[in-house]
Amino acid sequence: MITLSHYIVLGAVLFCIAVAGLFINRKNVIVLLMSIELMLLAVNMNFVAFSRFLGDVSGQVFVFFILTVAAAEAAIGLAILVLLFRNRSTINIADIDSMKG
Amino acid sequence: MPTFIDILIMAPEFYLVAAACLLLLLDAFMKPEQRPMLHWISIVVLLVAIYMLIAGQSEQTVTAFGDMFVRDRVADILKIFALLTTVLVMVYARPYLIDRKLLIGEFYTLMIFAVIGIMLLVSAGNLVTVYLGLELLSLSSYALVALNRDARLPSEAAIKYFVLGALASGMLLYGMSMVYGASGMGGTPSLDLAQLHNVATYTTTPKLLLFGLIFMIVGIGFKLGAAPFHMWIPDVYQGAPTPVTTLIASGSKLAAFGMAYRLLSSGMGDLSQHWQLMLAVLAVASLAIGNLVAIVQTNLKRMLAYSTISHMGYLLLGLAAAGPEGYAAAMFYAISYALMGAAAFGVMLALTRAGFECEEIADLKGLNQKSPWMAFLMLLAMFSLAGVPPLFGFWAKVLVLEAAIHANMLWLAIVGIVFAIIGLYYYLHVIKVMYFDKPAEGSELQAKPDASLRVVLSLNALSLLVLGLYWGPLLGWCRSAFGL
Repeated sequence: MITLSHYIVLGAVLFCIAVAGLFINRKNVIVLLMSIELMLLAVNMNFVAFSRFLGDVSGQVFVFFILTVAAAEAAIGLAILVLLFRNRSTINIADIDSMKG
Repeated sequence: MPTFIDILIMAPEFYLVAAACLLLLLDAFMKPEQRPMLHWISIVVLLVAIYMLIAGQSEQTVTAFGDMFVRDRVADILKIFALLTTVLVMVYARPYLIDRKLLIGEFYTLMIFAVIGIMLLVSAGNLVTVYLGLELLSLSSYALVALNRDARLPSEAAIKYFVLGALASGMLLYGMSMVYGASGMGGTPSLDLAQLHNVATYTTTPKLLLFGLIFMIVGIGFKLGAAPFHMWIPDVYQGAPTPVTTLIASGSKLAAFGMAYRLLSSGMGDLSQHWQLMLAVLAVASLAIGNLVAIVQTNLKRMLAYSTISHMGYLLLGLAAAGPEGYAAAMFYAISYALMGAAAFGVMLALTRAGFECEEIADLKGLNQKSPWMAFLMLLAMFSLAGVPPLFGFWAKVLVLEAAIHANMLWLAIVGIVFAIIGLYYYLHVIKVMYFDKPAEGSELQAKPDASLRVVLSLNALSLLVLGLYWGPLLGWCRSAFGL
């Protein structure tokens, strides 16, 4: 029997993987975008699970909004990434360090 | 079903959305030589929105679309000042944009969409509206930071802003999902902030609620730019085009205050004894890191970025007091910071020209000999930021400190005063460079001859003096918003 807590633990694990991906990854900006997407999907998992088990539909409606905004966010993120690559010919995170202090 | 009344309550927002879409169309069909007209059209659009807000004020709190949207005096005041600072930014930005061939329709439409995001955020009555307003503001800001496509620093600043901003939104959403879940344990699950207000009294899983609250505070801390979630602020301030930095420093801070107020007071008010201490810790960290690191900066934009962090610390003092008096003081502080920040960046924008960015502190050497009026305006902005009486910034600081003391947090007020004195150093350093250093060889510091910029900037900086002398009416207005 799969209970609510299974889903919440799954959401938490996905969220942790996403945050770890953001902080541990030192190579590639595209992996950062993937981690951000995973983070939002972990949240969606939580909302859908709560919504289903508590019998309230508003959580699922919120998920639609999150999915839509995540699409817009990915579009802007990729656009900025293209700019970055055009100006520097690299998307290695360790090289993005012109500003310090 | 949405009724006509709902639309009437949201009229300023609907009007701005329609105007922004029309501006986009106009931009597409205009002849290139007519494009500069967009500047004046956008300013008129925003001024009309301010008029609509002032004319449509109501004494009571009204809600629209099933409590999704709340219109009360807090929202109205924040919206009026957010629109006002956006107008200031547009006026200051014009010569800068012309010099860099950036006077394009996108700048104006993105600014208007950002301000619509601010307006939704400060009027949010539901977690969904909080999120949508926040993202509208953030996505527009990311694009604005990257507006200058061929320069190196803006694209770096934009990617840093984007990644950390998205991380903050993710944290905030995760917290929201936990709060939503906790509200459903032992009651009806709800995303409505007014219904979440007393979740703490009936939920059977208080730990889940607290867990969600912590994530939400992390998200709020990121958006405010409070330490230890401040990493993005210095790089974004330095890398973004100066007009965009001005928007992030002024309008966005009003939005961040609005968001914190809606989520913490309207939403999680019952848990105030828990979040008070968390905010106090954030405040102390921001005051310490902001003021100490600002001292060693040589870049003026970076120095003002660290000064922003310390100012958010003072704003958090007011919020941490968790009462109407504290909220009123924090709102007064947010408004004063928006005006002071706009004035300080405005002077920098007035001194930049084609091929020269005024952004190092050393660039201001001997400004008093070259352009005494600009030096005087910068002096007003710096003294006000430092909190020297009788300027506006002084009263804002006094009020948040007073609120903290009345909330039995004397230690927090003492920390605030100590760091205010430490902070004085780097503001005075700028004034010393302007008044007592000799101009560098061959320096051509000259204020822009642009008449609208000079007049509006002078009014903006002098308002810091005038509001410092007659702060009563504005404070009364802020206090009335919280029923005082």
